[in-house]
Amino acid sequence: MSAQDEKNKAAASSPIVIVFFVVGLAVSLLVGWSIFPKLLYSQKKQPIDFSHSIHLDAAGDCESCHYFREDGSFSGIPELSNCVECHEEAQGEDPEEIKLIENYIEPNKEIPWLVYSRQPDCVFFSHAAHVNMGELECKTCHGMIGESDHVEIYEENRITGYSRNIWGKSIGGFKSNTWDRMKMDDCAECHDEHGTRQACFVCHK
Amino acid sequence: MKEEHKEGAHGHVEKYKYGMVIDLDKCTGCGACMVACMTENNVPFRKDESDKLVSTAWMRVFKATNGKSYPDIDVCYFPRPCMHCEGDHGHSPCVSVCPAVATDYDFETGIVSQIPTRCFGCRYCMAACPYHARYFNWWDPVWPDKMEKALSPDVSPRMRGVVEKCTFCFHRFQRARDKAYVEGRREIREDEYQTACTQACPADAITFGDLNNHEHEVYKLKKSPYAFRLLERLGTNPKVYYMSTRSWVRREGDNYLKGEKSK
Ligand code: HEC
Ligand code: HEC
Ligand code: HEC
Ligand code: HEC
Ligand code: HEC
Repeated sequence: MSAQDEKNKAAASSPIVIVFFVVGLAVSLLVGWSIFPKLLYSQKKQPIDFSHSIHLDAAGDCESCHYFREDGSFSGIPELSNCVECHEEAQGEDPEEIKLIENYIEPNKEIPWLVYSRQPDCVFFSHAAHVNMGELECKTCHGMIGESDHVEIYEENRITGYSRNIWGKSIGGFKSNTWDRMKMDDCAECHDEHGTRQACFVCHK
Repeated sequence: MKEEHKEGAHGHVEKYKYGMVIDLDKCTGCGACMVACMTENNVPFRKDESDKLVSTAWMRVFKATNGKSYPDIDVCYFPRPCMHCEGDHGHSPCVSVCPAVATDYDFETGIVSQIPTRCFGCRYCMAACPYHARYFNWWDPVWPDKMEKALSPDVSPRMRGVVEKCTFCFHRFQRARDKAYVEGRREIREDEYQTACTQACPADAITFGDLNNHEHEVYKLKKSPYAFRLLERLGTNPKVYYMSTRSWVRREGDNYLKGEKSK
């Protein structure tokens, strides 16, 4: 063994190297698990802090706002005309309601809602298939939004422009509820369980 | 759940088998089908569309003549969508060569899909397709001012570097199925799913429907002694049938040797 090798061996086992390794690992993990996601996603606020729980009492059920049209399409987020039915005049003193009336109802401007579950343009999704035929609950895919008191912050992927709800809040891609993420694999996983066909032209357009 | 399904030739459930019959004696070559197709499917076009080697048309009308001179000359126009080949042995030429599974054969509808976001532009499928039904996007689409607002939301526009082709207006099938589901039905009626070219044809030359369904018009038409398919002997088993009472037109459908008997 040469003198050089002896020196390398001594350095490799010295505690300094272990410290560097541990610190390096900790820094990488920190960057990967908490700084990177913060950089990757920009945060946007919904135009109005809409409360589902208040409205569920007032409107009765989901269908009064989210319903199917006769041609089979799903209405999605209701239009302003739906809000006007009850909010022509202020119902209470909530500043959010004042905002609704002053910024949108009086100038007759549609509210630019951000859709958490919005899929990429190439994806075809059908509520009729899942809600009418599959008899699935809204909660299975959307979680607790229907019962919430406040809207959540909308997070947008800076690179793809997609909503964070597609990849899910967990940067590692872990999932504990069915609604935690909605990537292609998540659609396919449930379709597998139900024996729905798997061709590309089921979910794509 | 779906008890009315039949077992198809390849052990898959075969529910529908969508196809077309085009009556060449009715086609006047007006090109309305091409225009309807382009608007329906957000097909990109360029300022100068005269170079047909680089222009895109999911539906293209070709012209054929009997090669004779006046007064014996006769002309025929062949509208050519994607043939949605099933293949005699279950192999569509394009599907079997795609290294990315960007195109697949749907045994439940008989439609050959194309998923442009998955495609990386190797163009094997274009080389494999005997009908030149596939087109490559050499450029990103550029829509003239404000036309972007008129694009169909049902069809996702494609980008530079990917292949695209006719889908038998599959989005119309999706819409028709949604309507059926909301009405509590599973079956789709013949008139609920029709392609844009079929509806645009002023001469009623194109008929579209389920080739397996005895009640559909296409089922009856494809049995006509005048019906034939393009390059049938390659074994591509296409789902687009042509029809003509003129024997020279039927002879155009394949590469027959001199003196060889044709349909
Ligand atoms: C069926 C009648 C009804 C309809 C339809 C309706 N609201 Fe309301 N809304 C109410 C009632 C009742 C309250 C409670 C008023 C209070 O007590 O302050 C309320 C309160 C609100 C508030 C303030 C409380 C909160 O949620 O933070 C906002 C904002 C609001 N509505 C927005 C909307 C929007 C946006 C729409 C249209 C999508 C809409 N509402 C449709 C009945 C309705
Ligand atoms: C008064 C009308 C109204 C009623 C009733 C209502 N919603 Fe909503 N819903 C809205 C509005 C407005 C939004 C957009 C704001 C938001 O995201 O919270 C929305 C958004 C949603 C979204 C989010 C979609 C997305 O991906 O961004 C879900 C999920 C939803 N509603 C489910 C439900 C369910 C489930 C019920 C019944 C329990 C229900 N809603 C009842 C008006 C209503
Ligand atoms: C199988 C999963 C699933 C179920 C069940 C489901 N949704 Fe959705 N929902 C989605 C997906 C995926 C999208 C995004 C669609 C897109 O971007 O094309 C969506 C979009 C929405 C939107 C926004 C649509 C828009 O374009 O504005 C609303 C509102 C909504 N869903 C409400 C509901 C309600 C209410 C129910 C229950 C009746 C329900 N969803 C059931 C998966 C589901
Ligand atoms: C929780 C389970 C579940 C999830 C998640 C789910 N699906 Fe489905 N999907 C079903 C079931 C069940 C059916 C069959 C309904 C029926 O026809 O009875 C279905 C049917 C469909 C159909 C209609 C297919 C046909 O031929 O009738 C489409 C399109 C579809 N799903 C798209 C999607 C997409 C896109 C996603 C992901 C964004 C998704 N699904 C997520 C359960 C699910
Ligand atoms: C069960 C429904 C479903 C089926 C079947 C399906 N996909 Fe997807 N696909 C999705 C959804 C939802 C997304 C968007 C979310 C994501 O990126 O995971 C997606 C995204 C994609 C993307 C990325 C697009 C982008 O812009 O981010 C590609 C590529 C793709 N799919 C190809 C395919 C191909 C090829 C097939 C057939 C072999 C196929 N998919 C079958 C649901 C499906």
